[in-house]
Amino acid sequence: MSDLPYLLSLTTFTPVIGALLLLLFKAFARADDKDIVERNAPAVALVTSLFTFALSILVLIEFNPADPGFQLVEDVSWFAGFHYRMGVDGISILLVLLTTFLMPLCFVASMGVIKKRVTEYMIAFLVLETLMIGVFCSLDIVMFYVFFEAGLIPMYLIIGIWGGDNRVYASFKFFLYTLLGSLLMLIAIITMISIAGTSNIVELLAFDFDPGLQIWLWLAFFASFAVKLPMWPVHTWLPDAHVQAPTAGSVVLAGVLLKMGGYGFIRFSLPMFPIASQTFAPMVLGLSVIAIIYTSLVAFRQTDMKKLIAYSSVAHMGFVTMGLFAMNFIGLQGAMFQMLSHGIISAALFLIVGVIYDRIHTREIAAYGGLVHRMPIYAAIFMLFTMANVGLPATSGFIGEILTLVAVFQVNTWVAVGATTGIILSAIYALNLYREVIFGEMVNEKLAGITDVTKKEIIMFAPLVVATLVMGLMPALVTDITGPAVEALIERIDAGLALATPIGGAGD
Amino acid sequence: MTDLGSNISLMLPEVFLVLSALVLLLLGAFGGRKMTSTVNLAAIAALIVAAGLVLYKIPDDGSNELFAGALKLDYLAVFGKFTALLATAFSLLLAYGYLKTENRLTPEFAILYLFAALGMMIMVSANDLLSLYIGVEMQSLALYVLAASNRDSLRSSESGLKYFVLGALSSGLLLYGASLIYGFSGATRFDGIYEAVANGGSIGLMIGIVFLLCGLAFKVSAAPFHMWTPDVYEGAPTPVTAFFSVAPKIAAIILIARILFEPFLAMIADWQQVIIAISVLSLTVGYLGAIQQKNIKRLMAYSSIANMGYAMIALATGTISGMSGLLFFMVLYLISTLGVFACILAMRRAEGMVEQIEDLAGLSRTKPALALALTILLFSVAGVPPAAGFFGKYFVFVAAVDANLTWLAIYGAVASVVGAFVYLRLVKIIWFDEPAAEFVPVKFSQGAVVALSAVLMLPGAIWLLPSLMSWSETVAASLFLVNG
Repeated sequence: MSDLPYLLSLTTFTPVIGALLLLLFKAFARADDKDIVERNAPAVALVTSLFTFALSILVLIEFNPADPGFQLVEDVSWFAGFHYRMGVDGISILLVLLTTFLMPLCFVASMGVIKKRVTEYMIAFLVLETLMIGVFCSLDIVMFYVFFEAGLIPMYLIIGIWGGDNRVYASFKFFLYTLLGSLLMLIAIITMISIAGTSNIVELLAFDFDPGLQIWLWLAFFASFAVKLPMWPVHTWLPDAHVQAPTAGSVVLAGVLLKMGGYGFIRFSLPMFPIASQTFAPMVLGLSVIAIIYTSLVAFRQTDMKKLIAYSSVAHMGFVTMGLFAMNFIGLQGAMFQMLSHGIISAALFLIVGVIYDRIHTREIAAYGGLVHRMPIYAAIFMLFTMANVGLPATSGFIGEILTLVAVFQVNTWVAVGATTGIILSAIYALNLYREVIFGEMVNEKLAGITDVTKKEIIMFAPLVVATLVMGLMPALVTDITGPAVEALIERIDAGLALATPIGGAGD
Repeated sequence: MTDLGSNISLMLPEVFLVLSALVLLLLGAFGGRKMTSTVNLAAIAALIVAAGLVLYKIPDDGSNELFAGALKLDYLAVFGKFTALLATAFSLLLAYGYLKTENRLTPEFAILYLFAALGMMIMVSANDLLSLYIGVEMQSLALYVLAASNRDSLRSSESGLKYFVLGALSSGLLLYGASLIYGFSGATRFDGIYEAVANGGSIGLMIGIVFLLCGLAFKVSAAPFHMWTPDVYEGAPTPVTAFFSVAPKIAAIILIARILFEPFLAMIADWQQVIIAISVLSLTVGYLGAIQQKNIKRLMAYSSIANMGYAMIALATGTISGMSGLLFFMVLYLISTLGVFACILAMRRAEGMVEQIEDLAGLSRTKPALALALTILLFSVAGVPPAAGFFGKYFVFVAAVDANLTWLAIYGAVASVVGAFVYLRLVKIIWFDEPAAEFVPVKFSQGAVVALSAVLMLPGAIWLLPSLMSWSETVAASLFLVNG
């Protein structure tokens, strides 16, 4: 136990405290003070999220990377066998950090851009932050489910209230699609608790489920995480949600919410149902390759910038599932790295789109062109993240892709070949987007008065640029933290598989 | 325990309620117009005092038979009486505020609530087919009159008549079933029936219990006996609808649970299929029907049909965890439904009540506090975490999975996605749409009920759920203990 008790709870619930403060301000402000509340809400939210980020840095300092188990564990009994259990290990801590790192950027990006119902907007994002951190910190499977599903509500409101023209359709699709998957997972969770007699994730991780049952449980969890990630062919909610969501909503969606699917696979599906995972691995690898190639081709045909990046996200998450279901050390390390790296790169790309959207109010690629003449700094930032998205060495994108490719090459050469083709395709659509928007003649006269990035926007991009480069140049910073936990996970999977072979011969 | 005095002393809450009802009736009849308000408030107080007396008279040994076994005072009865009385008290509080604004406050309104509550108290403690019928009828007759209580409204009269005719039909089914059961078991008391069932049920008993269940399914508005619900809910005055959707539901569900889990538990293989069929149908009809609705009262009618489907899942298990899950679920459903209806009662413009769901448009702009509370309550009814309603459904599913009814739990889960659509549509109207004309300020009584239920459903759940679960478990365990 550290000298700071309840540090994780504090990190998790600080945003919600900020949200409550805003709610109180709003509720009790006199009629003529309402404007002041609205004006200052973004600042309150930003300070809260920065404070949360500071707390998560404290978590990182307290964290001992050499220990593969859960640390900073908190455990309070609730009722009917439920416990309030929190803890982080090498896998979850960096995802927590990713969340707290991206949220302040979201608030900066929203300043001055969101003009209606500002206070409510900030409250929704702060509540969402708590729920996202909670997902990664939960050590009780029911608590995990509560955080996992509760996150739908603020995101539903964010898309629905502050979204684009077709926001209602997108918000419903987002909510119902994800809910259907989650509810099947809920039944699986109940079955697991009924058999194992505990909802403690640590104990469940050590429990060996019957191989026949594993298949069903795995499928139920897959229904939830595959939608969340999203995997082809259940990805169709994502482009809609991204296009309609406000910029910060897209950032959170691509940066963190998608990672919950990957986190679910690595936390639950792989270690708890190793036999089923191995049985279904070929299918998942197949779907991953299809996702990588197909959605890259689809991305190339898009005329809407956000949609293009959304499809590119699906393709990049394909690398994550590919790495995960290679089921070896490099693969899991690569998948973790790819999740973190994609969290930063896709967040940056959506912010990049947001910058010109705020100025011209269209996301049509055709409306742009020749921006380099008027926005040189913007062009440079855009260039960096385009390259990172393509997976250029020295950026974080490269590490994630190379690790997952190496891993899958050991398992199946054809999958590796397919996925590598996908990287070429990603270069085609990403560079094409860059060419269309940044180079060429400035035809659209609306662009004549466009201004380069402001100081606020530079502050917003600077941490992302640094993070991408640092992770690209010093990947060990990440892999050293995830390493021990991933190694323990692989041991757990192998132990689970070894058990199975004599019983059903499912190991072949 | 045969002597009359001790029997009556155990019936203290009922006796108190009858006396209060009679005194208030006289007061209302002779006191003139100026007593109207007093009678209503006194009735609310009487209900709360009776609820307190119920707790005061908790039997130490878990079970007492009264009046030669016609009634039973056990933990289940205490639980049922307490929740039904409180639900009635809060419904009456809502009705009081509403009728006062409408200028239709009459003393008999409150008296009818008291008699309905008395009927419910007999229902939940019934230990004999006769007392069961008396309880059901006593409650129903009061409810028929309440449904038609707005005499100037055609829809209200229609709703009262419809409820009465269909209710009479269901009572007929119930009586027919009761007579079959008596014929084949030779007993009207539940312990006699229990013995007959334990000695090997017969086809006659099976037909009897099916008829009995059909009659009671009418009362809880479970499909396929739900036809009256939307029309009656829409036509009846809104606070009466609120009352219909909470108190009679818990009483009737407890009655069904007692019949199935006490005398007929040995025949679970026979009645389980019936309950499962009712459950699947209720979930399907309820949520699919709700999608179409434009009137919020009709929507809540279908929502209550669907929620009875979840209660039926818990009933179908026939286990302790099913019983405790059922009670847990019902109480959470009760609190959130009452809250939603308090919000519906707040839907009043200068020209009068409105009840189309479109009228809620932009509520988050015009009345943010009400909108926030209603959103919490709707997510609770939908069973989306972190609202307390999620845990209600969770324990129903747990019971189903433990009883090897996993497929039913999966069906319930899939149905609740359709349900989520229904409630999300309301949330969308409240939060996304442009504001419609503003409602008049919320009455204190409505605001209090809304705030209380919303607080219980979200932050308060941390404390509410553990206690509620431990009560539900105690009650369920005692019920099964008696049966050995």
